[in-house]
Amino acid sequence: MTMTGPVAGTARESRESAVVRFAGDSGDGMQLTGSQFTTESALAGSDLTTFPDFPAEIRAPVGTTFGVSAFQIHFGSVDVMTAGDELDVLVAMNPAALITNLHDLRLGGLIVVDSAAFTTRNLEKAGYKANPLEDNSLAPYQLLSLDVTRLTQLAVADAGISSKEALRCRNMWALGLMLWMYGRSREATRGWLKKKFAKNAPIAEANVAALDAGHAYGETAELGHGLHGFTVTRADLAPGLYRTVTGTEAMAWGLVAGLQATGLKRLVFGSYPITPASPLLHVLAKLRKFGVVTFQAEDEIAAVCSAIGASYAGALGVTSSSGPGIALKTEAIGLAISTELPLVVVNVQRGGPSTGLPTKTEQSDLFQAVYGRNGDSPLPVISTSTPSDCFEVGIEAVRLATKYMTPVILLSDGYLANAAEPWLLPDVNSLPQFPVAQRTDPEGFHPFLRNPETLARAWAVPGTPGLEHRIGGLEKSAETGHISYDPANHQKMTDLRAAKINGIARDIPRQEVSLGEETGDLAVVGWGSTWGPIQQAVRRARNRGQSVSHIQIRYLHPFPSNLGELLRGFGQVLVPEMNTGQLVTMLRSTFLVPAEGLNKVNGKPFKIGEITAAIDARLEAQS
Amino acid sequence: MTTPTLAAKDYASNQEVRWCPGCGDYAILKAVTKTLADLQLVKENTVFVSGIGCASRFPYYMSTYGFHTIHGRAPAIATGVKLANPELDIWVVMGDGDGLSIGGNHTLHVLRRNVDLTLLLFNNEIYGLTKGQASPTSRRGTHSPSTPRGSLDTPLIPGAFALGAGARFFARAVDIQQSLLVDVMRRAHDHRGAALVEIFQNCVVFNDGVFHEFTARDVVDDNQVHVEHGKPLRFGKGGVRGLRVRPGTQQLEVITPGEDGMTDADVLVHDERDISLANMLVRLEAPVFPVAVGVIYDHPARTYETDLMAEVAAESAGGAGDLGELMAGGQTWER
Repeated sequence: MTMTGPVAGTARESRESAVVRFAGDSGDGMQLTGSQFTTESALAGSDLTTFPDFPAEIRAPVGTTFGVSAFQIHFGSVDVMTAGDELDVLVAMNPAALITNLHDLRLGGLIVVDSAAFTTRNLEKAGYKANPLEDNSLAPYQLLSLDVTRLTQLAVADAGISSKEALRCRNMWALGLMLWMYGRSREATRGWLKKKFAKNAPIAEANVAALDAGHAYGETAELGHGLHGFTVTRADLAPGLYRTVTGTEAMAWGLVAGLQATGLKRLVFGSYPITPASPLLHVLAKLRKFGVVTFQAEDEIAAVCSAIGASYAGALGVTSSSGPGIALKTEAIGLAISTELPLVVVNVQRGGPSTGLPTKTEQSDLFQAVYGRNGDSPLPVISTSTPSDCFEVGIEAVRLATKYMTPVILLSDGYLANAAEPWLLPDVNSLPQFPVAQRTDPEGFHPFLRNPETLARAWAVPGTPGLEHRIGGLEKSAETGHISYDPANHQKMTDLRAAKINGIARDIPRQEVSLGEETGDLAVVGWGSTWGPIQQAVRRARNRGQSVSHIQIRYLHPFPSNLGELLRGFGQVLVPEMNTGQLVTMLRSTFLVPAEGLNKVNGKPFKIGEITAAIDARLEAQS
Repeated sequence: MTTPTLAAKDYASNQEVRWCPGCGDYAILKAVTKTLADLQLVKENTVFVSGIGCASRFPYYMSTYGFHTIHGRAPAIATGVKLANPELDIWVVMGDGDGLSIGGNHTLHVLRRNVDLTLLLFNNEIYGLTKGQASPTSRRGTHSPSTPRGSLDTPLIPGAFALGAGARFFARAVDIQQSLLVDVMRRAHDHRGAALVEIFQNCVVFNDGVFHEFTARDVVDDNQVHVEHGKPLRFGKGGVRGLRVRPGTQQLEVITPGEDGMTDADVLVHDERDISLANMLVRLEAPVFPVAVGVIYDHPARTYETDLMAEVAAESAGGAGDLGELMAGGQTWER
């Protein structure tokens, strides 16, 4: 072992929070390693947020920079809302992982590397002209250079596995060391390994041996080499039963809770594989006994059409995709608007345009959701801000779709779908209930009879005697539901469709301020996964005495009825978005407020520091 | 209480039918309402789903449930209807442009998936509603506004496409041959699984007479072979001619029993479960061969929704899912 850099103490030091990133080849098992570190941290009582960041290639060529897969976790005793701006520890399994991740490490942060991976060939592939472990270029950091390869081989020598299989245990060795460093248990991981490799005992044994060896190494090294461990105290979370949850899981369960709230028997989920939305199909595919029928269609169009067909026949139709797939579904969403059928469309956004950055997050489909269809075709658009928020928003999407007989677009993103956080499990008995009544009475029926309050049309489903009717994408008479080309009727129907959706503003909560006063110098307005960094940046600004508030908008169309008035109560409005300025444009055009954007599209979530800097710049310019 | 018997007219809606005078769709509409009356289908359990095109106006003229959807997507929408309620009796109406061009992918997959749907393909070999452009079934050289020098592409053979996609039922009928059409639709309806019926439908405005070669009164006997399971493949007035597999080949040829040493025993007997025969029959073209009509292939297999619902039932056998239990599954901890 070599240990360079600022001298480290030997005692276990206390920390409020820490940010650790595991980085390696896409075949090195970094996502599993990170997930297990997450589980152990959660079980130890930390609040946390994770950020899995992986390449689009499944197994990119070994040692290349574009094949680096990383998993970042921010955990601590304080309110953790982002995956962390800067890393405290970077575990780099090869030179490519080091060179692509080093810039996120804070000065003085710890680098743990497997020195055996720093071969001439790997250094060349990563673009290093000299070995960074030897040329003093890592001097600003603490460097822990270990021959993890050899240490792992030694640890698993007795397991009776091949040398190739032995090498695949390196990630568990690194995990063991990091679990030691933060004083975490290995119990859950041991159990998980035994279960995962239940059919291959030698592999399970080898992985556990590597895990234990990494852990033991930390304990031993602490005595002799000054490597030190940390204590991160438990977070002050509300009492109750917790689990970690990803946005994908919470979304799936929210949709199921929504189904149960309606009293409908079946949810038909039509979907087509696309990154990063497919995991929602995978989770829902296991939920048949909850009345969920998943259908992997031949394409995105068939996926949405099957969901629409299902809604027409009285089930809850749901489809999901990411931007390119949503583009393909667009015509069919228009049909659901025209025929006024309930439909939930989940868009797990990714970088665009076109194929763009499939595995990187972005918020650039807002315009697509709100405006991206032919004709005047309004529908509600709502967004989710954190992984666990996906649960509530999933329920809300079902409520709006069934109550207003309309497609609803639910905007999530790649970061939220994959990120995990602790979640206080909700009491299922206190979840909202909104039973849906399908029409059965033939008296005076026509398919476009409307509820005078919501303007929703009657949902009459095949199988119901006496309600046989025909609907379609042609304009229909407001009075009879039959096809109508009458000009005045088209005006009336267009107005009705708009009024129905606009009326939803009366049925959603007033816009509240997430943090701060209802008036002030600056409002920082966000939507979606920018919630965490905005909240933290605003908190810091307020701690410094700045007059800043955070407003997080869930309902993007229609906006909450008081939003304009609320925004006008601030001297300035700053809108951070992972796009080139979509919400900010909508706010400016809707409310004529001088909102300004803070925009970036580099495939990564905002850092708190980036928003802090923008807050400071606005307030300094003002003063 | 006994349900009153429904007549064909009871299955028609009160909407004014707006196809061109003389359009083959009128004859098909008449045959469909007759078929439904013959079967005494329950109106509220019957759904007509269509795409876009002249043919796709069809649901508006029925008094059952109906959904006029978007271009090419009727099979996908109908699949969703079936997934929501497998008890429904679902008919899909498509045109050749609708079902084989813009919606070709859905037709392919609904057939191979074998969803229990009765699919009616109105083939007039032209785009009618958009005013006469060449369609995927138009013959090579078709002159149309979009192909003023004659179309260049080879037409698709719907039967070959369907069988290639794994269809378990394929039949053909002609708009104006009512009894054949009714028989064939009835058979398609009886078939459990995706059943595709290609109906040669005359477009009186843009492609008038395109099927005359085998549908005109004076040639119908000579240029059509009406296939029936277990019966010899005979055609021509009085059934004087027949089809057989030319020895040493895998091709059909026309023979005349009583001539050239041929006997009745040489005429091939139709077997609607024989995929090889079906593949040969769908490719026969007039005037060298008779065009095959009737039930060409009917070989039922398990349907998609039957298997799916069996899975649902098996997984729900222990009762409905408990959401609280699901969410608390895996690693949890108490604070």
